[in-house]
Amino acid sequence: MSTLIRTSAAELASILATGEASAVEITQAHLDRIAAVDDQVHAFLHVDAEGALRSAAEVDKLRAAGDDVHVLAGVPIAVKDVVVTRGLPTTAGSAILRGWVPPYDATLVTRLKNAGMPILGKTNMDEFAMGSSTEHSAYGPTRNPWDLTRIPGGSGGGSAAALAAFEAPLAIGTDTGGSIRQPAAVTGTVGVKPTYGGVSRYGLIAMASSLDQAGPCTRSVLDAALLHSVIGGHDPMDSTSLAGPVPAVVEAARNADVSGMRIGIITELTGDGFQLGVRERFDSSLAHLVDAGAQVVEVSCPSFVYALAAYYLVMPSEVSSNLAKFDAMRYGLRVFPEGIDDPSAEQVMAATRDAGFGDEVKRRIILGTYALSSGYYDAYYGSAQKVRSLIAADFAAAFEQADVLVSPTAPTTAFPLGAKLSDPLSMYMQDIATIPANLAGVPGISLPCGLAGEDGLPVGFQILAPAMKDERLYAVGSALEQRLHHAWGGPLLHRIPALTETKEA
Amino acid sequence: MADLTRADVDHLAHLARIDLSDAELDRMVGELGVILTSVATVQQAPTEGMTAMSHPLPLVNVTRLDEVRPSLTPQEALSGAPEVDEQRFSVPRILDQD
Repeated sequence: MSTLIRTSAAELASILATGEASAVEITQAHLDRIAAVDDQVHAFLHVDAEGALRSAAEVDKLRAAGDDVHVLAGVPIAVKDVVVTRGLPTTAGSAILRGWVPPYDATLVTRLKNAGMPILGKTNMDEFAMGSSTEHSAYGPTRNPWDLTRIPGGSGGGSAAALAAFEAPLAIGTDTGGSIRQPAAVTGTVGVKPTYGGVSRYGLIAMASSLDQAGPCTRSVLDAALLHSVIGGHDPMDSTSLAGPVPAVVEAARNADVSGMRIGIITELTGDGFQLGVRERFDSSLAHLVDAGAQVVEVSCPSFVYALAAYYLVMPSEVSSNLAKFDAMRYGLRVFPEGIDDPSAEQVMAATRDAGFGDEVKRRIILGTYALSSGYYDAYYGSAQKVRSLIAADFAAAFEQADVLVSPTAPTTAFPLGAKLSDPLSMYMQDIATIPANLAGVPGISLPCGLAGEDGLPVGFQILAPAMKDERLYAVGSALEQRLHHAWGGPLLHRIPALTETKEA
Repeated sequence: MADLTRADVDHLAHLARIDLSDAELDRMVGELGVILTSVATVQQAPTEGMTAMSHPLPLVNVTRLDEVRPSLTPQEALSGAPEVDEQRFSVPRILDQD
């Protein structure tokens, strides 16, 4: 196994700058690793070896010619399959888009390409990003590299697992209710949901437009900051894109300064609902932050108890509208109903949507249709929107008392595959700590804070900051990461069990 | 509203243009009932006087200049279509036959 695949993106950048390794060598090392282990992990839905090597070779040529290139030029990346890529199949994990090849690139993909970052392939996910385990992919689940019998989180389980299995140094995720942060937590990796509007949504296959946000998935806080800087910033193609510059995230990650910072523990997101080992790792992380000069306070956000319910009304409502475009007419699957001669467009539409959507997607579309229907709108969607205001007000009050808020990212460590498939509500509970940030639009990070004593699986530590103060996530995250690495004698991922390389590279 | 009936779900599925099978309908009535009971707790929140929030940002209309810019070619726009006829999306009949 090449050491290049265990190297951070920041270190790969300096190796490339000094000429110690070429972009082609680094890209090939990751493609070899994918070939060797992805039949076990199944992080990828599509691998583009040829395209990745071609773009790596171009970067090598530019560097050899002495051209100015981006600091991450030649560092390869994996992209979640909900992000459209020109010429590369994009399915969002759904059978209704099987084999679809988009004719355009998402803005964030254009930015990766402009930075000279080779795209290794597209990563697996719950269908249309609906789920917390990647088991709702139409193409089969991804497995957690820490324990192949367990879930890698979701919806971005593919991106998180690719990082933990050393198949990619960087990946792109999207987070509507926790789909970047919860997979990061259960795989021992880092994931950031930027402030809503901080990264363009142009070219993201929308799930819930007022909640969706793309962000970096990495193995270190600094790597996340570097990637955040590449994909962030205003985009005229997204009318909800923020106008200001990208916050100084790289600087914050490098400085790692938390002296005098007030860190608020959200009292509603601690205690009984969280696994013992999760609480223990969370508490010992707080002690590290105090050591680093931060001050810890307790903060109450009483409306957070309604966040999950509000989310499961707002999100399905937006889903029912956004997914109406999958109508079998302009792209994607077209299925004809059985036993009907000369069916109408409407009958073809209904047959296609039944055949092409999975159970979870259908549940949410129908729930959303109900929440928006005449006579129930005020009681459900209307009430949920008011709860959303309450949650935003709770955040505003909490950020008066603290500079950042913290909680465990997920209530449990990775659970066994299949454990929650027949109980949708218990699956939804996985996102209890991550959802409030999406409802209010504030940024959040999850970074690994140790292994739970009872099962030896990774635990995630979540930090939330006020809107457009993303740099605080990186300052606190980096400070904690440094102290944890010092205490552990290296990154947590050094302790992941080795995967058997089934094919010789 | 835990008393969602099978007929209600059937009606909603029709509104959403999803041709659910009988087995799917049976399963979904129970599942949606459990979920609805849970999400109905939003009605107990102290929302008196709160405004409805549809979006995390205070949004104003964003417009662009009315200028020609690069766009998809007809061939690219039609590249994913299930059926194409004379540079158009070909679709099943949209009207009833009688």
